[in-house]
Amino acid sequence: MFCEKAVELIRELHRISDGQLPAFNEDGLRQVLQEMEALYDQNQADVNEAKSEGRAELIPSIKVRHCCLLRDQRCVTAYLYDRLLRIRALRWEYGSVLPANVRFHMCAEENFRMTIVVLSQLQWFSQYKKSLASFMRSLGGGEGLDITQDMKPPKSLYIEVRCLKDHGEFEIDDGTVILLKKNSQHFLPRWKCEQLIRQGVLEHVVS
Amino acid sequence: MNTQAYLPVQPGVGMEENFFSLDDILLSQERLPVRTECAFPRLGFLEKSSDSQDIAEGTKMELPLWLSKGLYERKRRILSVELPKVYREGWRTVFNADPRVVDLHKMGPYYYGLGSQMLHFDSPENPDIAQTLLQTFIGRFRRTMDSSQNAYNEDTSAVVERLDCLEKVLFRSGQTGLHGFQSWEKGQASQLTASSLVLNYRKRKITDVQP
Repeated sequence: MFCEKAVELIRELHRISDGQLPAFNEDGLRQVLQEMEALYDQNQADVNEAKSEGRAELIPSIKVRHCCLLRDQRCVTAYLYDRLLRIRALRWEYGSVLPANVRFHMCAEENFRMTIVVLSQLQWFSQYKKSLASFMRSLGGGEGLDITQDMKPPKSLYIEVRCLKDHGEFEIDDGTVILLKKNSQHFLPRWKCEQLIRQGVLEHVVS
Repeated sequence: MNTQAYLPVQPGVGMEENFFSLDDILLSQERLPVRTECAFPRLGFLEKSSDSQDIAEGTKMELPLWLSKGLYERKRRILSVELPKVYREGWRTVFNADPRVVDLHKMGPYYYGLGSQMLHFDSPENPDIAQTLLQTFIGRFRRTMDSSQNAYNEDTSAVVERLDCLEKVLFRSGQTGLHGFQSWEKGQASQLTASSLVLNYRKRKITDVQP
């Protein structure tokens, strides 16, 4: 049956339900586009034959191939769209700077023969970052508001944190430099720590 | 509660499918028994049982839902679709009797989804099918909701493995709510936590490195 490869791409994403981004399946995508080209060519030939020789009985088969083309198209666009949703989640969970192993999973350049020019996923991420940043700047009467902060309602200005791994030196607003060494505990302003806690570098200690 | 940053496209409601929903794409992959009402020249390779170059008129075969939907016409000049066993009279009586004892996962993991899609094919049994789907859901819902709201820190696999995909989603969201409430009760709700996405990526990185 046609469109098996296309559905395989979807299954690949569906298996990873927690929102992680798997490696970009360039090969798979190329195979699907090749199938689409083949189906399209066959249909072109059959349509010409049906018209010129009056062979109307070819029409049901043309319909079948057309349905397969639509199915391939649906799977490809859904694959790409779901990946974009996962990349968007990365901005909210990781922050603006992505670690190398995650960036590696996004394809750097995609150009396909059938005039589908796919904006590379890395480019999409940096443009999404920019849109989000300019939106945040526009809030609060031009002063800006970081909406990726305070994901849970804050209870206090300062919080107790423990360092889970060495992270080097960390400067806070009044100029003091703190050394983040594994297992050290500090009493720091909440807004400075939120990002590091989300990334698993610090741990929020609740007494 | 850890708020979700990854929000996938949800499956459609009732007879509608959502174009981008991964669940709906997989649901429409399910195979249906059909009978061809015309010939399909040059597509013989799709039909495994015969060697001919074409699919003859009157062939009984199985086609995926997406293709059946695409080819189906009210006048049935191209295709006629039969009901899968689970939605026929026999099984409907079982469901109407006691919906709670049935293993819906075995009956095709997308019982409700596929059942709703079957309504597109103008079967005379449509009103009965629709009624059975609804009553089955109503009958099973209470137990699903109860167990999802009361199973805290327990192994729920025995319950979950007999649920259809729709019920599994409901069960999961019930559990999320329960865990959220429990952590609020313990005063952990204001505790900032590492993002689960970040932790999962880190776990994966370690397994990638290991030979």
